[in-house]
Amino acid sequence: MVRGLAGDGAAYEAFLRTASAFLRAFLRGRLAGVPDEVEDLVQETLLAIHNQRHTYDAALPLTAWVHAIARYKMIDFLRRRSGREALHDPLDEEAEVFARSDTEAHEARRDLAVLLQRLPDRHRLPIVLVKLEGKSVAEAAAATGMSESAVKIGIHRGLKALAALIRDTP
Amino acid sequence: MRTDQLIAMLAREAPPVAPGAAGRRCAVALALGVPAAFAIMLLRLGLRPDLAQAVSLPMFWVKLAVPAGLAAAALAGTLRLARPGARLGGAALAVPVPLVAIWVLAAGALLAAAPGERLAMLLGLSWNVCPLNITMLAAPILAGVFWAMRGLAPTRLALAGAFSGLLAGSAGAMVYCLHCPEMAAPFIGTWYVLGMAIPAALGALAGPRLLRW
Repeated sequence: MVRGLAGDGAAYEAFLRTASAFLRAFLRGRLAGVPDEVEDLVQETLLAIHNQRHTYDAALPLTAWVHAIARYKMIDFLRRRSGREALHDPLDEEAEVFARSDTEAHEARRDLAVLLQRLPDRHRLPIVLVKLEGKSVAEAAAATGMSESAVKIGIHRGLKALAALIRDTP
Repeated sequence: MRTDQLIAMLAREAPPVAPGAAGRRCAVALALGVPAAFAIMLLRLGLRPDLAQAVSLPMFWVKLAVPAGLAAAALAGTLRLARPGARLGGAALAVPVPLVAIWVLAAGALLAAAPGERLAMLLGLSWNVCPLNITMLAAPILAGVFWAMRGLAPTRLALAGAFSGLLAGSAGAMVYCLHCPEMAAPFIGTWYVLGMAIPAALGALAGPRLLRW
């Protein structure tokens, strides 16, 4: 993680993979009643970890940091959900636990690629070109007519906007 | 989008981030908020006319030390609450120390005074404006600290809001010390404390709404 923060992409990707396995186990254990939502929340939490990575202090344990973010996102999710589903409370949660297998990753219910399309161009184009298609920042700048720093800011703000969009989308 | 695709997307072209973001953002917030509070104090309230003589009195510094101690504790707590997984630790224990100290001084002053003077010591000449003036001076600092916290990741939103409010209130009270001529410990222990508690309560109420991420 520390090397990842310093800009080592491979180390950072390895950290995110480890974190995603931890998050899946953590959230499956606690959200057994809503297995369909687990993968969505894993993705939302990974995005939060990425967007908040500047708040990690290398002097503190990494697990405590990831755990606190996972807990925060889970409680935030439960609050949103209780507001949404206050009227029809499913009482067959236990039946659902046995009906679904928890050993394999479920597909995410919500497609982030679709949400991404709802971002404005100044956020969406830099993310699509650089983060999804693998172009360099300079190439993305040339393709969009934006400056290189505008591309970088667009990625940064766009991922935050994507997280906000997830929060506000039922 | 599958989770492994998301991970690859996040890891690609992730620019390095500098450590110490919490400290930097809070420093910017205070560097903008405190001069703004100072300007409001100069324009709307004015310096106390006897400031030059007052700085030679021990009580001036005792009075300043109460909000200064609270500001230090609140800053330490705010910086910790801004980061997931950091424990509040000693910062929570440091908050009551200046409060207990001024209350002990206030109790001593009230006991030593003649019964007829006690109410005057408690109310001073400005009890009815002091808490709201401190809240007014805290407002720009509170806005700054909330801006700083919105760029960080507090996980206990009401508590983070309360500590942000206490930081703003105590910094605002330090600025108010340059205007306010009251020098009695019972006055400070009551109205200054109330003036700092109002921004802290506002912060606790606003935290869950404004600090979500």
